[in-house]
Amino acid sequence: MKVVYMDNNATTRVDPLVVQEMLPFFTETYGNPSSMHLVGARAQKAVAQAREKVAQLLNAHPDEIVFTSCGTESDNAAIRGVLEASPEKRHLVTTRVEHPAVWNQIPYLRQKGYRVTELRVDREGRLDLEHLKASLTDDTALVSIMFANNETGVIFPLEEVAQIVKARGIVFHTDAVQAVGKIPVDLSKLPVDLLSMSGHKIHAPKGIGVLYIRRGTKVAPFMIGGHQEKGRRGGTENVPYIVGLGKAAEISQQELSKESMRLQGLRDKLEHGILERIPRVLVNGKGAERLPNTLSCCFEYVEGESLLLLLSDLGICASSGSACTSGSLEPSHVLRAMGIPYTAAHGSVRFSLGRFNTEEEVDFVLENLPGIVERLRQISPFWERRAEVSKG
Amino acid sequence: MWEYTEKVMDHFRNPRNVGVIDDADGVGEVGSMACGDALTLYIKVDQQGRIKDAKFQTFGCASAIASSSALTELIKGKTIEEALKITNQDIADYLGGLPEQKMHCSVMGREALLAAIANYKGQSRESLASPLVCECFGVTQEEIERAIRENGLTTREQVTHYTKAGGGCGSCHERIEEILARLKKEVPVVALPAQRRLTNLQKMRLVEETIERQIRPELQKDGGDIELVDVEGNRVMVSLRGVCTGCPSSNITIKGIEQKLKEMVSQDLVVEEVRQ
Ligand code: FES
Repeated sequence: MKVVYMDNNATTRVDPLVVQEMLPFFTETYGNPSSMHLVGARAQKAVAQAREKVAQLLNAHPDEIVFTSCGTESDNAAIRGVLEASPEKRHLVTTRVEHPAVWNQIPYLRQKGYRVTELRVDREGRLDLEHLKASLTDDTALVSIMFANNETGVIFPLEEVAQIVKARGIVFHTDAVQAVGKIPVDLSKLPVDLLSMSGHKIHAPKGIGVLYIRRGTKVAPFMIGGHQEKGRRGGTENVPYIVGLGKAAEISQQELSKESMRLQGLRDKLEHGILERIPRVLVNGKGAERLPNTLSCCFEYVEGESLLLLLSDLGICASSGSACTSGSLEPSHVLRAMGIPYTAAHGSVRFSLGRFNTEEEVDFVLENLPGIVERLRQISPFWERRAEVSKG
Repeated sequence: MWEYTEKVMDHFRNPRNVGVIDDADGVGEVGSMACGDALTLYIKVDQQGRIKDAKFQTFGCASAIASSSALTELIKGKTIEEALKITNQDIADYLGGLPEQKMHCSVMGREALLAAIANYKGQSRESLASPLVCECFGVTQEEIERAIRENGLTTREQVTHYTKAGGGCGSCHERIEEILARLKKEVPVVALPAQRRLTNLQKMRLVEETIERQIRPELQKDGGDIELVDVEGNRVMVSLRGVCTGCPSSNITIKGIEQKLKEMVSQDLVVEEVRQ
């Protein structure tokens, strides 16, 4: 069965060019960059080149790039490192729609005695900038606001946000895991102090991430160990993965503008096709600016997990913010924060496209999805009743 | 990704008895769209009080659809009295088991069945009169108590897995803990109707619990200990530790353990000692 993989916000296929680039660093250039010999020196050089490429993708300085093991580590290192570096300040501002890597730190920080403000979003997932302004105080150590939302693809106006925060002299961190590689991220223009990104969302492997730290930002190290990464993150460099990430960053940078237009074309086709063919569908964040590759929608009267499993029977891979798929009993906190009614949120499905998706695949989904939704609606007790109400 | 059995996937992909019975004798509606799953069960009952036909409509995940389908298969042809004896565990067993976090789907089936039978008898559902404990998911005290008793639940997480109660805002956690504590005192949780046919899994769980709660503490008082090695059909294999090992009277201990297990779990059990 052909696999139609439309879950690229969850993870992506490693680009074969990336794999190729990585392989010699397992078998030939396996040295430790800290070692005083030729194999070590070669590894060190490769790491430096990769750092350069990542810096270019973000338009940053190479010495501002710290390699980590994943986006979650970057988020933890940023938030806890900044708080630790200014222990007298006890307030943090973030949003209600952050990725769990940030969001799930909130209860922990509260327990440690921090005050945390979670900013509201509106029905379209847009941030309330007035709320942001009002929340900043002299006690605020850090503002952490994501660049683009992983579930809905809604993009926050990061330039404006960063300016508001920096005008108050507060440290600003952004989780840009979903933004990097999908939209331009130019740190020479964007006044953020810290930024998290992840390799496996841009066709590098899992297990490698980056924390960008602007020169002069005070951050306590999260991993204490050797002198690696200028003492900002101990642990022997993961050379093959760093090399892979460098290659992935290079490809991303070269293809970004063309690729994001192509993906937007496919996404729009998928979105319009679904709205044309299937009644009672809501597109989440429709009124907001969104990532070009992401479509999150709610199919009313059906439940997301059932939909995913029937799609999966046809080889189509997507994801859902419904309760059942996550093992929790409530729909995703993002959809709840947006005020999407539970009745719809349980039927949410996210299609996220990537480099390897084609137009034929979009057509394949459009051919099959209406039948699946219809089949589940026929089983649903509410669909029939709705029909009766509209008849009467 | 959930691990669903083949049987669950089969009943999800090809649900049996989907639909509406227009002239149903009993209709049971449980759940809601806001809660994420809902089931409407229709039953047709003949003159002898036998369920001739059953149909359902379900909104929910794969295991909710599969549980509904299994429920209709289980009750068709049964008398009302027989159907009343079907528990959520029977539904789960029919499907070869459900992930624990999905047990609430089987409980939803059981609740729909009780509702449909009450409707058929012209009664209102008792559980509706019972006080609401979890507002997020509309779960009453009676529903929680039934789930605890019938499934031998001991923790709040389990109560959430089985009834959804407590899976939202969390403000009912304390009340759930209270109910758990009260039932633990009142009736031993493991006391089940004597004639009940136990599944292997249930039997195992009950044996384990009885040993943990009642037998081990006794032995430990005398400086001994016990370990459950295996349960095979009705044979319970244990090994004794500490002072009990090699104790000439350990035969007596074994007899005592057997007595207790017979009383708490099933009359058919035999206990054997495994020497290590
Ligand atoms: S009232 Fe029970 S979880 Fe909210």
